Amino acid sequence: MMKKTLFDKIWEKHVVKEIENGPCVFYIDRHYVHEVTSPQAFAGLDARGMKVRRPDLVTATADHNVPTIDQHLPIKDELSAKQVKTLEENCANHGIEAFGLNHKHQGIVHVIGPEMGFTQPGMTIVCGDSHTSTHGAFGAIAFGIGTSEVEMVLTTQCLMQRKPKQMRINVDGALKAGVTAKDVVLYVISKLTTSGGTGYFVEFAGSTFRNMTMEERMTVCNMSIEMGARGGLIAPDQTTFDYLEGRQQVPKGADFEKAVADWSQLFTEEEAVFDKEYHYDAQEIPAMITFGTNPGMGIGLSDHIPTADEVDDTEKRTLAKALDYMDFREGDAIAGKKIDYVFIGSCTNGRIEDLRAVAEVVKGHKKADHVTAWIVPGSKLVEEQAIEEGIKQVLNEAGFELRQPGCSACLAMNDDKIPAGSYCVSTSNRNFEGRQGPGSRTLLASPITAAKAAISGVVVEA
Amino acid sequence: MEKLKIVNSTYIPLRNENVDTDQIIPARFLKATSREGFGDNLFRDWRYQKDGSVNEDFIFNTGKYSGKVLVAGRNFGSGSSREHAAWAVYDYGFRVVVSSAFADIFKNNCTNNGLLPVEVSPEFLEELFSRAEADPKTEVTVDLGAQTIKIEGTSLSESFEINGYKKHCLMEGLNDIDFLLSITPEIEAYEQAK
Ligand code: SF4
Repeated sequence: MMKKTLFDKIWEKHVVKEIENGPCVFYIDRHYVHEVTSPQAFAGLDARGMKVRRPDLVTATADHNVPTIDQHLPIKDELSAKQVKTLEENCANHGIEAFGLNHKHQGIVHVIGPEMGFTQPGMTIVCGDSHTSTHGAFGAIAFGIGTSEVEMVLTTQCLMQRKPKQMRINVDGALKAGVTAKDVVLYVISKLTTSGGTGYFVEFAGSTFRNMTMEERMTVCNMSIEMGARGGLIAPDQTTFDYLEGRQQVPKGADFEKAVADWSQLFTEEEAVFDKEYHYDAQEIPAMITFGTNPGMGIGLSDHIPTADEVDDTEKRTLAKALDYMDFREGDAIAGKKIDYVFIGSCTNGRIEDLRAVAEVVKGHKKADHVTAWIVPGSKLVEEQAIEEGIKQVLNEAGFELRQPGCSACLAMNDDKIPAGSYCVSTSNRNFEGRQGPGSRTLLASPITAAKAAISGVVVEA
Repeated sequence: MEKLKIVNSTYIPLRNENVDTDQIIPARFLKATSREGFGDNLFRDWRYQKDGSVNEDFIFNTGKYSGKVLVAGRNFGSGSSREHAAWAVYDYGFRVVVSSAFADIFKNNCTNNGLLPVEVSPEFLEELFSRAEADPKTEVTVDLGAQTIKIEGTSLSESFEINGYKKHCLMEGLNDIDFLLSITPEIEAYEQAK
């Protein structure tokens, strides 16, 4: 018998129907919904005069478009206000639980799902957002979908899916001091490029991932989309079960024991075969930062920006265009580059452990005068915890501004925009041209690297 | 969804590689609650200068190129799952996008909206670029039934892959939802057995 991967095991349980020469009908256990990619889907349902098939399996929040100051006031931007209101109306109309603005559990969809225990091992999870891959950290098949597919899931709880190819990325060993989960994933993407995972679902395996906390694993899986993969997942283990126990949506008592017994079966069997496999040594991984306009353009903090000779022929144009946009020169050291903004937040690095790491770095220091430093918690719960633990105080004393939860400058749909030409060290996941506002220049890095840059006013080596 | 069988047209060659969805449609234009009008903001930050004036250098604005087919560099549509990217390409008037590689979600979003992604070899892509650069009136014929793309006036053509189900949906203008609704009893049975 063919040995099964973790992915195979979950996949097989969710195939409703096979279609010859076509995709299969694939069942979805949890559907997260937010204000930007859902209105057209609900409109589609309304046009058919249909109701959401399983409102109990849908969880909604407002995050992409919300302000991160004065959230209690009406949203000033008319279009944003309309999207948020439309979501509320759609949820009310279809009986969907919504964690909208000012709800005590509001936050970035990929932060609140795990936080409340909606995300569990063995599930299939989708959302009209590519970073749905985050939830794979729990040993779930989780991936982003387009709005037409949001409509399909709302209407039928199913999607038409072809089984993707499978890739395993193994990282083993202990990380060097100051090297974080974010650095690991930026390193892997720099090796694989932004299209290296296209067509694949990725399993992250090896002792480096096993030794990570759940929040660190989420950071890794979050960015699997940045290598072109549909999603990434990590086998659940005791760390996963400990994280889940006691969370609102997780089974309790004997039911929890039973769930753990089931979840413990979710692992890749020895000798299972992957379509592609990579191995990396954790000791080789430096603290990383990006210099260009896609997440594959990452280098170690003490490296120089590559020259045209150092990249493949196919990447030369992309490199030249990126350096032109960033106003960087090939061969320059990245350390010492002056920066203007620091953004700490997003579904990649906007959780409590990230804020703790930042607080530890900045405690007793002040940010550089010319730097604006925004910290945007991933959820209301993270915000509350930051206040309780005294993190907010530490940050304020260092001149950082703790704002309210949302996607914020990760995609700059609200007012949190980096001005044209300015450099921002960001803990988010994308450094595309204009991602953080028209003309903005993004350097992706870990919360630690971002915090150090805020204090020094330049990219610092270590 | 509009049926798509054969498209014969001139095309716009966009040589850029790794074009991400933030370039196709920047996030600040995602605030609409309907599917219409996104074409106005397709490649917004490339079509217009920072001061709002038209960027005459951008290939769309040179006045030389038009057509129902967009030919783009390798790895087109990476990044966000925003279907708005596919809507913007479609709304601008394109029915076919050609590249040597597409991001997965973007590809799905295309076929769900009557937009055909055609994956060609790097060599064929280069032919498409250089022929159009030499003569902007160069036409291609994309025949979905035969799964071929041909450069008119030459003997150059290539076949492309598409899965049978998606092909059928595109050619007949069918939507996945209609199909899924038609098997509701099977979905119910699955849920009960779960
Ligand atoms: S934080 Fe950024 S990446 Fe995450 S869901 Fe929001 S916009 Fe997307």
